[in-house]
Amino acid sequence: MIASKTQVALVAGILLLFGLGLTAYKTTTLGFPLFPGEYREVWTIESKISFRPKDEPLTIELKLPQGLGGWTLIEEHFASSGFGFSVQELNDHRVARWTREGLDRPTTLYYKIQTYRATETSLPDAPPRRIRKPTLEPDQLAAMDRVVALLRERSSSIETFTELMIQEINRRTLDQDVAFLLGTYQADRATIMLDILAYADIPAQRVRGIALEDGRRRQTISSLIEVHNGTNWVLYHPTTAKPGLPRHFFVWERGDEAILTVVGGHSSSLEFALLSNNLPAKTVMGMEHRAQQYALVDFSIYALPVEQQGVFKTLLLVPVGALVVVFLRLFVGIRTSGTFMPVLIALAFIETTLLVGLALFIVLVSIGLWIRSWLSRLNLLLVARVSTVVIVVILLMAMFALVSYKLGIHQALTVTFFPTIIIAWTIERMSILWEEDGPHEVLIQGGGSLLVAVLAYLVMTTRIVEHLTFNFPELLVSLLAVIILIGRYTGYRLSELYRFRDLAKPK
Amino acid sequence: MIRLISPRELRRQGILGMNQRNLGFIGRYNRRRNYQLVDNKIKTKTAAIANHIPVPELYGVIEYQFEVSRIERLLADRTSFVIKPVQGSGGKGILVIAQRRGDAFITTCGTSLGSSDLRRHVSNTLAGLYSLGGRNDHVMIEALIEFDPYFAQYSYEGVPDIRVIICKGVPVMAMIRCATHGSNGKANLHQGAVGVGLDMATGRSICAVQHSRIIDAHPDTGIRFDELRVPHWERILDLASRCAEMTGLGYLGADIVFDYHQGPMLLELNARPGLSIQLANQCGLRHRLREADRIALEAPDRSERVRLAQQRFAVPDRA
Repeated sequence: MIASKTQVALVAGILLLFGLGLTAYKTTTLGFPLFPGEYREVWTIESKISFRPKDEPLTIELKLPQGLGGWTLIEEHFASSGFGFSVQELNDHRVARWTREGLDRPTTLYYKIQTYRATETSLPDAPPRRIRKPTLEPDQLAAMDRVVALLRERSSSIETFTELMIQEINRRTLDQDVAFLLGTYQADRATIMLDILAYADIPAQRVRGIALEDGRRRQTISSLIEVHNGTNWVLYHPTTAKPGLPRHFFVWERGDEAILTVVGGHSSSLEFALLSNNLPAKTVMGMEHRAQQYALVDFSIYALPVEQQGVFKTLLLVPVGALVVVFLRLFVGIRTSGTFMPVLIALAFIETTLLVGLALFIVLVSIGLWIRSWLSRLNLLLVARVSTVVIVVILLMAMFALVSYKLGIHQALTVTFFPTIIIAWTIERMSILWEEDGPHEVLIQGGGSLLVAVLAYLVMTTRIVEHLTFNFPELLVSLLAVIILIGRYTGYRLSELYRFRDLAKPK
Repeated sequence: MIRLISPRELRRQGILGMNQRNLGFIGRYNRRRNYQLVDNKIKTKTAAIANHIPVPELYGVIEYQFEVSRIERLLADRTSFVIKPVQGSGGKGILVIAQRRGDAFITTCGTSLGSSDLRRHVSNTLAGLYSLGGRNDHVMIEALIEFDPYFAQYSYEGVPDIRVIICKGVPVMAMIRCATHGSNGKANLHQGAVGVGLDMATGRSICAVQHSRIIDAHPDTGIRFDELRVPHWERILDLASRCAEMTGLGYLGADIVFDYHQGPMLLELNARPGLSIQLANQCGLRHRLREADRIALEAPDRSERVRLAQQRFAVPDRA
């Protein structure tokens, strides 16, 4: 048998070399940048087409985005098991077409893209199309007439007309005629707006796309209103009336044609799951062709579905937090309440941001301790008492969220990211500590835990750490080796240099 | 500015650090399966009685929640006793009742508790609040030691005990732990008790520490520790050595108390003894542990080991 010392050295060495070697290969050969340089905000958009088939041949056509407004597509991926699939060019539009003989159960098709906004350009110029007046009932016509006359009277140009109209339709107390139109139309507000514009002889069209929100699932398509003012096109947001293309709006389709057509099915819907990653510009540039060249890239985190990528983004930071805890406990000797509680608190801090998180945590635990001190008089069994604390913590969180929402402090809503059970146990342990060893020890351990949590948070949110863990997950293997090696450390802890300070006295 | 000691100085003095204690001694010398005997105080007591090692009398054990209500009957004719978690650690959950006044139980610190307080304490302990890893636990109730009046001035509101570190059957270092008001009558250093290092040869005091600082006199009674000398020193060392043999652990701490009527008794054993004993002795453990290895090889016989330990770990007289 090999001595355990050699074994540890061997295992750690192999792990260390494996991680570093793979990283070196990825940087030198595949061109992954080791350091985060210039960053690009890359959005992964997973489109989910779901529908219920009828008993007949199916054809699903999805108009693909063209990359307008500076949005550049870097990767496209279709999931279509069991379907015939093709992508066709139809008068400067790309259309994905899934076909199948028949199907007997509801199904879902996926289309995933990765895109980033290379430049913030506006939409290209195009001649306005001929205006088609809306066909209306006589009473609608009269209302429309009055609305347009009113708007014309109060506006000086096409731009002001449009802005005024959008405001008018979004007002809380509606004008009678507008209310009538909204009530009788069987369509969304954007359609009404387009009809009003058409009735007023203003060339206008719909621009559809996705309002991007990180981590959002089940986002649906939304519309902007585009108006031609005689010389060029101007975009308007249909609720805020803000002109111009919003920064986080991915333009999918310009014009009024349908994006999704399902023949042979019903109840079809198009939903999006969104995730934003800050990726180094160089990675973004090379991603497209590398993906085809090297299988290894296909085994990176990027190959996972969007939702899992989001989970891994934080999960991959946990080992780094664990390393911080190991370091602070074995080298420094900070006492914490619960070994890995600080890492979980640090994870919550990532969601809440540091200062808000600290304030929330301290207030939550303080109120919890106060209530717990009252509970100790009720003489409950331990399990029941901890459960009571759990429920109290949840109620506190709900109260926090409600009160802060009403007061307009939206940061405090993130209180839900704190791990409830862990907080409850922390409160229970600290309260016992208070009774047994006094408030001094509570301050030492509570302060120690918070200090470790803050340090873990600071390390975990460092840009280079985020960059390395996400782009080079194999480095975690090396990190494992480091932790194994630290596990064999028999030297003194920093706290011991303080603890035994009185030995230094000359006798 | 915080004053620190340099790691080199610590190494020169042979101070054992927490990491090295865990990895080099506890991990190496102590088999996991032998822990049971030490971590479970009832098993310790049973084994000690079987090995003719004196221990405080066991009044009763409470194993289940429904038995909690019986506690009053169990304690009907006892005026003083100690309630302990069977698998507790670090002195947590120990309740010492010194006398009764009517229905009230008076702790050594003078706090008055009702029987409902006792019942709550017992059910908390049963639920594992004070136990290693929070497992369900049992509660034991044992006799309160009537300590030698010689120690009365040295320990405030609590029983002093003598901690002996034993490595491979060789006693290597010892200290007496004296309760203070701050430690709530408990003899655990991290709770504020005073640790007084003892000369292995004679049982004479070397140095006293509280909260890791050197002190000269007891903070509550004001008595100086210079003159302290533990009586029946050889008997204590012999008892400690016998405990080590009984458990099969290579590295452990034995807590020995001094009963006025029955002499030295084993209170409990500890497989992870603390490191503050080094401060109280102003001496590191590492050199002594290495020497203990040698003694263990030289002397197979217990009394010989104790004799060699006394001889080699003697501290030159301060005077």
